[in-house]
Amino acid sequence: MRIESRDQFEALRKQSLEIETNRKQQVLVCCGTGCLASGSKEVAEAFADEIAKRSIDATVDLFVKSTGCHGFCERGPLVVLNPQGILYTKVKAGRVEEIVEKTLVGGEVIPGLLYKDPVSGERVEQYEEVPFYRHQVRVAMRNIGRIDPTDILDAIAQGSYSGVAKVLFEMSPHEVIGEVATSGQRGRGGAGFNTARKWQSCKDAPGERCYVLCNGDEGDPGAFKDRSIMEGDPHSVLEGMIIGAYAVQANEGWIYVRDEYPLAVVNLTIAIREARKYGLLGENIMGSGFDFDIKISRGGGAFVCGESSALMRSLEGKTGEPRAKYVHSTDKGLFDLPTVLNNVETWAGIGAIIERGGAWFASMGTERSKGTKAFSLVGKVKNTGLIELPMGTTLRHIIYDIGGGILKDRPFKAVQTGGPSGGCVPEELLDLPVDYEELTEAGSMMGSGGMIVMDDRTCMVDVSRFFLAFLEEESCGKCTPCREGLKQMLHVYGRIIAGKGQAGDLELIEKLAAGMQLGSLCELGKSAPNPVLSTLRYFRSEYEAHISDHACPAGVCRELTAFEIVEDGCDGCHLCYKACPVDAITGVVKELHVIDHEACISCGACLDVCPTDTIRTFPKHELEKAEVV
Amino acid sequence: MAETPCSDLSKAEEILGRYPQEEPALIQVLQDVHRAYNYLPCDVLERVAEALEVPLAKVFSVSTFYKAFSLEPQGDTIVKVCTGTACHIRGAGQLVEELERQLGVGPDETTEDFKFTVKTVNCVGACAMAPLVIVGEKYFGSAKPARVSKYLTEGGADEN
Ligand SMILES: Cc1cc2nc3c(=O)[nH]c(=O)nc-3n(C[C@H](O)[C@H](O)[C@H](O)COP(=O)(O)O)c2cc1C
Ligand code: FES
Repeated sequence: MRIESRDQFEALRKQSLEIETNRKQQVLVCCGTGCLASGSKEVAEAFADEIAKRSIDATVDLFVKSTGCHGFCERGPLVVLNPQGILYTKVKAGRVEEIVEKTLVGGEVIPGLLYKDPVSGERVEQYEEVPFYRHQVRVAMRNIGRIDPTDILDAIAQGSYSGVAKVLFEMSPHEVIGEVATSGQRGRGGAGFNTARKWQSCKDAPGERCYVLCNGDEGDPGAFKDRSIMEGDPHSVLEGMIIGAYAVQANEGWIYVRDEYPLAVVNLTIAIREARKYGLLGENIMGSGFDFDIKISRGGGAFVCGESSALMRSLEGKTGEPRAKYVHSTDKGLFDLPTVLNNVETWAGIGAIIERGGAWFASMGTERSKGTKAFSLVGKVKNTGLIELPMGTTLRHIIYDIGGGILKDRPFKAVQTGGPSGGCVPEELLDLPVDYEELTEAGSMMGSGGMIVMDDRTCMVDVSRFFLAFLEEESCGKCTPCREGLKQMLHVYGRIIAGKGQAGDLELIEKLAAGMQLGSLCELGKSAPNPVLSTLRYFRSEYEAHISDHACPAGVCRELTAFEIVEDGCDGCHLCYKACPVDAITGVVKELHVIDHEACISCGACLDVCPTDTIRTFPKHELEKAEVV
Repeated sequence: MAETPCSDLSKAEEILGRYPQEEPALIQVLQDVHRAYNYLPCDVLERVAEALEVPLAKVFSVSTFYKAFSLEPQGDTIVKVCTGTACHIRGAGQLVEELERQLGVGPDETTEDFKFTVKTVNCVGACAMAPLVIVGEKYFGSAKPARVSKYLTEGGADEN
């Protein structure tokens, strides 16, 4: 079973590929975190039961495979039938029998299960024709949704570890770094540092040993590409790390995984065990004489531990407090030895770069940002999920062509990128080609590829306050500008959203922001003002409305907002009545409903459920005025 | 499940036996201890400090730094509400409030009968299904305040 030579590896790959192609009828059931939440495990089990039943009369030769996240989580559970290439969405276990009967045995498509394009209203049959997938170019996510992440032979059949074989038997470490340099790949974890240059610095640094680490901490709320890669194709991460380790001649590696990602830990653990069993990890990999092994470390649930020096302290068993930046981790990283740390997506792309060549990767993307990038497209957009696109794709293409536009066709307001260190990009910049530099110039950041779409019902003051509150809690407290700056800024935001903002508050915020940018120890504090500054830059009038008019134009800030039902729009559907958590709504079915302003807590639950859009928000102070009259 | 004055240390010994007795193992040991005892009991921390030859102050510093650790006993079922960005703009706040109304406890608090501990988390990586409530091991996507009591019965039942 252990692979002792390159020939043995190639033979195993050929054999796995044959098994794979001989499987006549395949049913791929997505079992990523998103689909599992919608019940995909039951669906997979129902298919297995159905096969067991059918195999008695042997009419179909079925093979059910649980795959990683297809990315289209909102439509889950997803089922793909191959070789037909049919995609069924929102499949419930109860419909499995019908699918087997009609589609697999009868060759008939069930229209009700097909994806309905929200733009054209048409049903789309083929997986590849769904606009959400059609526009994508998948490199780091190349195998996700196609392989069973717990089956190493399935991954090998699709080409995993071929890059390892290539570097170990054909290339010198120097040549490997050269190939990665040609690709121009930059880190996918946030800062966008050139991968090859990082590896070279580590290789050149003195030290008796060096380490290779994978950053799977994915702390940006709203981003989940790393989770999907670790869950859906852990082998691509291992392959990248083995290649990187060979390039810098490291023998030990760690993957630092976020505590909130239990399935990622399970699938990575299985992948490492399997890789060791086949001699793809451990001593004398593929009989080449090169040793490298990987361990998993589960994070403790601290955002700052995604920062490189904090992550290394955490791996050492300490509290995750960052170090000053003048110490480079490529010189003095983990245990003060030279260390390469790359993001999950960065590692996942390496195998493809080695296999297909750096020039191929560099042929995609923009001048300064090469290749493709994974994004999680979420928020108030019709198609939410995980996508991978060439760098330089415009925001408009992403949000409207792939995302299908804004939920309920409401007006677009902004898209938040880069997580708590990023910013909000407004409508005027929708034609911005997305790459590292363009986003930075727009006052935002690439970060880890979270894209949170916001509509007119999102308050930009509230969003900025949300990020400040997040960062205040996550700040490690080591340096004063970050610890105290966040606290004071939050204090000012607190009074603005309560309608007690004062003249000069915005200038005060800007002053605090400047201080934090200058004085903070690590990037967490330095970049913390980004969400604040970008919203001030593009949505200043919204802040001013809060301060001078005591009004929240989006109708979100509770202390400033009142709700009422517009008389001639209400058809008495009673949904708001049921949704109200404090019973502030009265009315009977088919008649006009009324909100009691005294009891209303302005939570907005009624507005969210109203199908006729007849609930209106208005500034609360108008209510008081009305009472005086 | 009130806190007993003395914890059963045999579980801790077994966990310590799995790791090299040195500082880098600290977080992993604490994670296992947390899973075994459902929180970090003080007397176990003292034993861990002694075994790994780390000052007790440092063990406390690590225990309080990471969100995954609790120094208080936890309820049988952990109820998590995701308050990450995607969930926030899709109404996670209303879910936290509804839980508070139903259980009488806010984030990081435990019901008196030790059945539930409520927690908020920053993104569980299922943002496409926002907002999310996780009861025990069960994820509820596109969660609605009106369904919170259903989530509690369904998710809570799985634990027993
Ligand atoms: C506060 C903070 C949080 C970070 N969180 C992450 C993270 O969750 N995942 C990640 O890959 N990088 C994160 N980074 C960036 C890392 O410090 C580091 O640049 C990155 O892991 C390097 O890998 P790359 O070059 O492949 O991007 C964070 C940085 C800061 C300042
Ligand atoms: S923000 Fe809630 S799952 Fe990501």
